[in-house]
Amino acid sequence: MRKYFDAIRRIAGNVVTVQATGVGYDELAVIESAHGESLAQVIRLEGQQVSVQIFSGSQGVSNNDRVRFLRRPMEAIFSEDLFGRVFDGSGRPRDDRPMPAGRRIPIGAPPVNPVMRHMPDKMIHTGIPMIDVFNSLVESQKIPIFSVAGEPYNELLARIGMQANADIIILGGMGLRHDDYLKFCRTFEEGGALGRTIMFIHTAADPVVECLLVPDLCLAVGEQFALQSKRVLVLLTDMTAFADALKEISIIMEQIPSNRGYPGDLYTQMARRYEKAVDLEGAGSMTILACVTMPGDDVTHPVPDNTGYITEGQFYLRNGRIEPFGSLSRLKQQVNGKTRNDHRAIMDGCIQLYALCRESREKRDMGFEMSEWDKKLLKYGELFEERIMDLAVNIPLFEALDRCWAILAECFEPAETGIRRALIDEHWPKPRVSTAPTGKEKAAKKDESKQLVTA
Amino acid sequence: MATQLEQAVPKAANAKIRAVYGNLVVVEAEGRVVQNSVAYCIRSDGVRLLSEVIRVRGQAADLQVFEETRGLKVGDPVELTEQMLSVDLGPGLLGQIYDGLQNPLPEVAKQAGYFLKPGMYLPALSTEKRWEFTPKVSIGQRVRAADTLGTVPEGIFEHCVMAPFGWRGEYVVEKIAPRGSYTVDQEIAVLRDRSGDLHSVSMQQRWPVKRPLMVCRRRLMPEEPLVTRVRIIDSMFPVVRGGTYCIPGPFGAGKTVLQQITSRNAEIDIVIIAACGERAGEVVETLRDFPKLTDPRTGRTLMERTVIIVNTSAMPVAAREASVYTAATIGEYYRQMGLNVLLLADSTSRWAQAMRELSGRLEEIPGEEAFPAYLESRIAAFYERAGAIELNDGRVGSLTIGGTVSPAGGNFEEPVTQGTLKVVGAFHGLSRARSDARRYPAIDPLESWSKYPGIIPQADMLKMRRLLQQGNEVRQMMTVVGEEGTSLEDFIVALKADFFDNCYLQQNAFDAVDGATPAQRQKFVFRKAMEVVDTELKVQDKAEARRVMFEISDLFRNWNYSAEGTEEYNRWLQAIDEFIATKGQRRHA
Ligand SMILES: Nc1ncnc2c1ncn2[C@@H]1O[C@H](COP(=O)(O)OP(=O)(O)OP(=O)(O)O)[C@@H](O)[C@H]1O
Ligand SMILES: [Mg+2]
Repeated sequence: MRKYFDAIRRIAGNVVTVQATGVGYDELAVIESAHGESLAQVIRLEGQQVSVQIFSGSQGVSNNDRVRFLRRPMEAIFSEDLFGRVFDGSGRPRDDRPMPAGRRIPIGAPPVNPVMRHMPDKMIHTGIPMIDVFNSLVESQKIPIFSVAGEPYNELLARIGMQANADIIILGGMGLRHDDYLKFCRTFEEGGALGRTIMFIHTAADPVVECLLVPDLCLAVGEQFALQSKRVLVLLTDMTAFADALKEISIIMEQIPSNRGYPGDLYTQMARRYEKAVDLEGAGSMTILACVTMPGDDVTHPVPDNTGYITEGQFYLRNGRIEPFGSLSRLKQQVNGKTRNDHRAIMDGCIQLYALCRESREKRDMGFEMSEWDKKLLKYGELFEERIMDLAVNIPLFEALDRCWAILAECFEPAETGIRRALIDEHWPKPRVSTAPTGKEKAAKKDESKQLVTA
Repeated sequence: MATQLEQAVPKAANAKIRAVYGNLVVVEAEGRVVQNSVAYCIRSDGVRLLSEVIRVRGQAADLQVFEETRGLKVGDPVELTEQMLSVDLGPGLLGQIYDGLQNPLPEVAKQAGYFLKPGMYLPALSTEKRWEFTPKVSIGQRVRAADTLGTVPEGIFEHCVMAPFGWRGEYVVEKIAPRGSYTVDQEIAVLRDRSGDLHSVSMQQRWPVKRPLMVCRRRLMPEEPLVTRVRIIDSMFPVVRGGTYCIPGPFGAGKTVLQQITSRNAEIDIVIIAACGERAGEVVETLRDFPKLTDPRTGRTLMERTVIIVNTSAMPVAAREASVYTAATIGEYYRQMGLNVLLLADSTSRWAQAMRELSGRLEEIPGEEAFPAYLESRIAAFYERAGAIELNDGRVGSLTIGGTVSPAGGNFEEPVTQGTLKVVGAFHGLSRARSDARRYPAIDPLESWSKYPGIIPQADMLKMRRLLQQGNEVRQMMTVVGEEGTSLEDFIVALKADFFDNCYLQQNAFDAVDGATPAQRQKFVFRKAMEVVDTELKVQDKAEARRVMFEISDLFRNWNYSAEGTEEYNRWLQAIDEFIATKGQRRHA
């Protein structure tokens, strides 16, 4: 016997309050109205007043409708049949195919016990020197791309996603534009990865509550695969849309905002999702790459700011390049001590010099005379940008390190680099080598940039 | 007169849930309700969720639940106790990894597997492990609270088993266990109070986390330097045993790394790490590394002197609020043994945010940035728990507290940073510009301060600080008049300031030698750096000045990387001396 409650007392925003008993906090409910059924979740219990939040919004709900409680929290379906499938933010198929059968798993389950985490130690090679050399990506890392509208952040996300060589890719789209969604599909298809991809897509046209569920669904499913010793990569774009959905809902709930309208628990809400990234001792791993668009290109905006405090670094994508300043991989030191003995020294040295180059550029732009030293720095900056920073560059790590040495040798005396003597003796290029891109590489470069556009 | 805790056995269900909202539960109670006492919300599947009474209104009480409230229903039973939220104190704390409520996480993992399990609360101290007890009092002797009744070896320390801290007045030893091995819950003494009542004492006792634990003759002025082996801290912005300091900084500036290296290298007896609302991964580094690293001072693993309290950002928020108090209480406990303890809390902002979340749910009137009005007094009270004390038997113990602060947008003009700056003794402000340029540790030498004495003579330290300021002034002037508009003299000042910054203040945390500079070496290197700064360079022009300063910087850096006593070390030092002797005209590199 299904039990219905029909004393709806209040409808406001996405929240409906109904009189009911025996209802558990956080459990799911279904509202049956003239338009059909909509899913909702219990967000407040007060005596017999039960408030539920409707995933698809309260539009069209009337005080004559009735509510049924499902006696279980929000769940996701877990099975091998998920591959190649696309779902929406409440877990329903988006691809006109039937709901796959599988095990129900709760979303937002308790976190992993910290002592069961394995220390991240496997580097993910991306072929992008700004990542591999300067901010190495590590399996199980959670790291966002900070960017602004108009930058190719989704392309970069897809490119890293493909190169990462994960067993399983899970894409979570929040407020995703349809063309962007299609681009992802195409990239995965061309890379032959569609068969190991699962997508949960919320588009800007979908109800806002569903946006909130996308990361939870992706991460719950990913976690199960990680438990089965799979290496899972979760791509989340755009987490700013997620945060804005949180804001919208908390304002409807009349919570006191803490900063620019965002709720005080924005940090906790985002952290609980990002913290799902894990390398499990004795099992698989889950890596999270996210996109965060910065409103007004302002990193101190609450969304990028809180994200930076949660994630293990960030890649700044600006003017089509990964910026050396501000970009950071906090796990790099777990792996870059084991690659080659000059990796860390190059990483620090090149960035310090590039910072000095910026200062020289400022001086130059203000019309000051350039000293010999300034001139060296200016030359260095140009070479570094062209041969290392350019996103079209796609070379393996060691080659990138060699290229850095060659640039240094082309511009400086050894002592000027600040790199310690033992490494200079070992790696400083003896005869002068040219670091200009070879013809072959130029062609590859062209190819790639084409790919970036069409991807 | 026995402790308030001894008879605090949970009663049968004596309240019912009336409302649930996030981790806030309103209950209707039958009898007495004690503010800040512990309660258990009992879910329909029988799981008991630990909670704390945070507001009492007539027969209604607001509880913060330390777990997810998923599944709780109106009408579910609640057990209210009269016990405050407390921790267990006794041998076996060192080397442990606890959550914010003192649940031993390795033990939880053994029983529950990969995931944490709400409602699973395990004893903080093993009741199976036996400790070699040596009595230190004899029958008939009079004792007071916190007096040592006996000792047990705990790793490298003589762990004192003390008379319960909450007791008042004198007690007579009626019975004391003979030398032998005991578990923490076995009786080791019976003490008689003045009214003749007998009290059984074991090696373990409980203490409410929110009440400072300090039984002493007097508080001392903290002035003994706490050497962290981070040069910029010890030499320029020192910390002392029993003092307080804070590390505010934008994300990624290096707060956690700074605390991690301090937790490894600090010259201190015991380190308590409170990972409060930050990343789980960072704690994992510590828990995997510490058992493998040896403490050069004792030859034992670092884990043996460390207690880790973890309440990461994904763990329940209410327990995050409690976790810093748990850490402070354990620190105070070891201070009572005459030990020097360092508590590192990362990040106090997350703790403050936990208070904010709760305050919001309670619908209290919000202050600045929605933080509660009592934020500042809570911060002050927390840092007040630090201090150096003279114990009743004349020994001295200390608890030093260092907290990181994570200000929104990296802007120090916000309530948590400001509230903290008012009460701490040293401020290590991290700067985004420095960390972006990879100048680590990114402590801003122009903004930071310390009120404590350090290992470098005050006058020398001030002199170098002056140099940094002058260098900064010249640099700023140069942005207006350019290098060409700057005199050679001023230009050299700027270069020397850079030299001191690059070669002394900056330190490579990931290098075995440079990463940790002991006090002795610091003093020596500092003097050498001063000699370089005092050298009147014989140079013709700016280009030459730059070249020679590059040279000495290179020598210094290489010297910093060489282990003391090696041939390499001597070679670099010799070259540096030559540089000084020739006023920079040393030829052949
Ligand atoms: N002393 C140092 N030496 C070398 N690298 C450092 C140092 N300090 C920080 N870093 C680099 O900066 C990264 C970020 O540092 P850290 O995690 O300590 O930042 P944080 O201030 O704690 O940031 P958050 O507030 O987000 O936790 C490190 O992972 C490391 O790569
Ligand atoms: Mg940190």
